[in-house]
Amino acid sequence: MRLSADHIDWTVHGHRLLDGVSLAVEPGETFGLIGPNGSGKTTLLRVLAGLRKPKRGRVLIDDQPMYAMPQRDIARTIAFVEQQAETLDRIVVREAVALGRTPFLTALQPWSEHDDAIVSRALHDVGMAHLAERLWHTLSGGERQRVHIARALAQQPRILLLDEPTNHLDIRHQLSILQLVERLPVTVVIALHDLNQAMACDRIGVMEAGRLVDIGPPERVLTVDRLRRTFGVQADFLDDPGDQGRILRFRHAL
Amino acid sequence: MSLTLASNPPLRLHWHWAWLTPLVLFMAVMAGTSIGETSIPMDTIFKVLANQLWGAGYAVDRIDAGIIWNYRLSRAILAGCCGAGLALAGVVLQALLRNPLADPFLMGISAGASTGAVAVTIAGLGAGAVTLSLGAFAGAGLAFALVVLLAHAAGSGTGGGRGTQAAGAIILAGIAGSQLFNALTAFIIARSASAEQARGIMFWLMGNLSGVRWDDVRLGLPAAFAGLLVCLWHRRALDAFTFGADSAASLGIPVRRVRGMLIASMALVTAVMVSMVGAIGFVGLVIPHAMRFIVGSRHTRLVPASALAGAVFLIGADIISRIIVPGQVLPIGVVTALVGAPAFAVILIRGSRVR
Repeated sequence: MRLSADHIDWTVHGHRLLDGVSLAVEPGETFGLIGPNGSGKTTLLRVLAGLRKPKRGRVLIDDQPMYAMPQRDIARTIAFVEQQAETLDRIVVREAVALGRTPFLTALQPWSEHDDAIVSRALHDVGMAHLAERLWHTLSGGERQRVHIARALAQQPRILLLDEPTNHLDIRHQLSILQLVERLPVTVVIALHDLNQAMACDRIGVMEAGRLVDIGPPERVLTVDRLRRTFGVQADFLDDPGDQGRILRFRHAL
Repeated sequence: MSLTLASNPPLRLHWHWAWLTPLVLFMAVMAGTSIGETSIPMDTIFKVLANQLWGAGYAVDRIDAGIIWNYRLSRAILAGCCGAGLALAGVVLQALLRNPLADPFLMGISAGASTGAVAVTIAGLGAGAVTLSLGAFAGAGLAFALVVLLAHAAGSGTGGGRGTQAAGAIILAGIAGSQLFNALTAFIIARSASAEQARGIMFWLMGNLSGVRWDDVRLGLPAAFAGLLVCLWHRRALDAFTFGADSAASLGIPVRRVRGMLIASMALVTAVMVSMVGAIGFVGLVIPHAMRFIVGSRHTRLVPASALAGAVFLIGADIISRIIVPGQVLPIGVVTALVGAPAFAVILIRGSRVR
């Protein structure tokens, strides 16, 4: 499924958070969004997820404008994992994941074994099946993030939007979540802070002050010049003798 | 602010316990009818009920019959309706606003109702053509409308975290609105009330079931049931707010519409209850928390459990208010707070120990 944005503007109290952003994410692609703090990554993801209606421009799912679709139909297509979503409720992991079935249930339609199977599958996919009966507030940050991803998977989305899913996680959990996302057979748009992690995306888009300043494969977009201009750092590329991969080495802030 | 109560998984109450609900309610109403300054035996109550409902023609004392039918039975049923309605409003507001301190009076409803009540009884608004209940209802509606306008003005045009900020705006607008109407009430009382009037209005503000008649039940019962149906119908939407309004939207809930509709309908239920019996505190705050502790946070269980517990709690509180001081009826709000506060404290302490 193709997700595209067409000249999106988003203004809050006179501050332009998104400025004429256009992009198209192709089916099956993993699209990375990078940019410094406050460059508009989260806002763009929220617009793409249908949580915000932009002042100007439109979002299309295939060729259908999103704002003509009921919220429920959007949720059956697109799942969104927020940066930090917390709750004080005493719910167990399985109940949190079961929320992902909400767009497929109505007041009169009861929970079915089919829904149960999907929830179990999602828990298994994120490696949380053994913690299914644990209470939410006893989970670690990494486990919570996995549960959020499992909830998104239980929506059986065609498009998955992730807002810095590796934030606040230790390195092992960062890598395992990225591997998990890579394996998923869905279109993924993911905002990332770690530029080395962004190198693994099929394409990346660079946000700068609300504008999408470049789109392309990571090796073309991530250049020493780009890092200097957009991120304000002096960096070099090193070649990994092990697998010939390229690694960013950050020298100092400019 | 953390009211996450315990770390053990919620008690599994299965649906086959549901048949207990009508039984428990019936027993509570019977207790409410039987217990009082003059204790009335159960068989007398059943005889009076049989006489009234299908003209059985048992011989019963006329005074007993009058007390049962015209006074205690209607009072117990309405107490149950109010308890259920207020508890449901608490469940909904706490779920939607993601704030454990939310209660049915958050939206300025009790403050508006008291202003309406004093405007009619003391300031003489409506020149006798308007009843206290109608005045209170109008006041509650006016206050609610003002709070909604204020919340809308404060919450519009905000950026990231629309849901969270809207919830914050509603709470702040509710506080501002409540303060304004409380000040108006105090102004009217201070300006024109006699000591006797002031005492009467204070009684009403703390909750007063003594004037209840069948006409009130005919309004309260449908209101409580409508509230229950609305909540049950939206139980999955209420669940979807677990991780906040944005998360609910990404789960396919049309947040603005659903939240507006639910808050407005709960405000209506609360206003109906308050206009009949005054602002009975604590039920809407404590019962939902206690029930979350017992049946968990999923609204499929929480909604019916809170309605039942609220009903039974208020019928019980009414019994206590009638018998605890011989020869005098306490305002029921005093009892709900006196019983509810320690009960709540026990739950909190037990919860923190288990964790």
